[in-house]
Amino acid sequence: MSRVALLRLAVVVGFVAVVELLCRLGVITPLTMIPPSAMLLSLVHLIADGEVNADLVFTLTNIAAAITLSIVSGFILGVIIHALPRLRRVVDPLLAAYYAVPTFVFYPLLLVVLGVNRLPLIVIGAMFGVVGMTVSTIDGIDRIPRVLMKTASAYDMNPITAALLIKLPAATPHLFTGVKLAVTYSVIGVVAGEFILSIAGMGRSIAFAYNDLDNTKMYGLLLLLLTITTLLNVALQLIEQRLYKRWGRA
Amino acid sequence: MTRRLDSLWFALGVIALWQALYQIAGDEALASPWQTLRQAAEMLASAGFWNHVEATFEAFGWAVLLSIVLGLAIGLVLGFSKLAGEVFEPILNALYAIPKITLYPVILLFFGLGLPAKVAFGTIHGIFPIILLSMNGVRSIRPVVRKTARALGLSGSETIRTILLPAALPEIFSGIRIGFALTLLGTLIGELFASNRGIGFLLLRAADRQDVPMTMALILFLFVIAAAAGAGLLAIDRKLHHKA
Repeated sequence: MSRVALLRLAVVVGFVAVVELLCRLGVITPLTMIPPSAMLLSLVHLIADGEVNADLVFTLTNIAAAITLSIVSGFILGVIIHALPRLRRVVDPLLAAYYAVPTFVFYPLLLVVLGVNRLPLIVIGAMFGVVGMTVSTIDGIDRIPRVLMKTASAYDMNPITAALLIKLPAATPHLFTGVKLAVTYSVIGVVAGEFILSIAGMGRSIAFAYNDLDNTKMYGLLLLLLTITTLLNVALQLIEQRLYKRWGRA
Repeated sequence: MTRRLDSLWFALGVIALWQALYQIAGDEALASPWQTLRQAAEMLASAGFWNHVEATFEAFGWAVLLSIVLGLAIGLVLGFSKLAGEVFEPILNALYAIPKITLYPVILLFFGLGLPAKVAFGTIHGIFPIILLSMNGVRSIRPVVRKTARALGLSGSETIRTILLPAALPEIFSGIRIGFALTLLGTLIGELFASNRGIGFLLLRAADRQDVPMTMALILFLFVIAAAAGAGLLAIDRKLHHKA
């Protein structure tokens, strides 16, 4: 392990140790936060009892659906907007300001329109994710080097072959940035929806545990959710690094 | 001119779509554009509403201030120290990416209900992009700029003030722009749970009472404010990047 990685590990371990100590010494009371070791224990219990399985599956499938929806529709929207310069000029400022608008304000409406089930959660997750993907797609197509397009015409490629063999690979790093954004935002949208709408899933379980003052369960659930999202992000970052290396601009 | 005309067409299209959705979905789900506008006008005219706006922006103001001051301080330190930057960057990236709404019970347990919880919630949303982008801003300053500072014999604080900060400013401002939007988001989410005042609270109450026109009017209000602020900051942002 490199020196930097070791130091990083030391920082994280040190931080957890300090929190543990503060909790054990009673500076932070168990009513506020339980010690990290107890969180881990609670997490293990929750998994061993199978208590969270249903919630976890519910949340993860919603997230998967929201991610798929936002990536596919974001890509299509991006391609369409890029192809229509007049539309693009109008929509550009809206896309740029989109994340300044708290999308979650639409939760109550979606609940009424789509009913009390998983659909509003998926839709809100996708609404959160889609614009990141759209903007990255437009960016990606913008930045395809012109020489590559000339190569395509020199080889007499038809538009579809050119799109698949030249444009798509050339735009991949940008598209991947979009995928990363879509994943992050979809996760936030879905989990936030479960919190606020209390339909089902991890979000609701955490909210319920909080209302029951069951800190052991709540912190176990929190640790589980944060571990999953962090692993997801680390995986995405690793893939991104490899992509950039392959495209020769690390 | 075509551009304005296009914008007008687009706006008309959005309103037509909204009206069409209203015809399909009905009164329980949506309010028509006209009903929403009327409700919004009524809301803006009532004194009680502005108390709530004030509550939201009090919390938001503190949260933005904290995000910017703390975020810049941490970001600049990490940007200047290569080792510290490398050690902390992945940790900060991970923190940036976690769905912070899951932390709301923790924030409530630590801060209780009320203003501090809202501020804390806004701050944890806004601070990370500011740290990360100001760190990157300092890092990506071209070495020739630093060399110039040395050649001119500037002192440490002079170098930071007159050379490094201006050079990193476009990136720093991008961070502040994103942080600003996320802080507003965080503050409003905080109000949904941790408050009996503010726009977030009004929104939750309207939704609970199934007061659709009020819900839509509040959404429209937030949308206009957030989009206007976002667009304004973006214009400054682009100008800074263009100049640099």
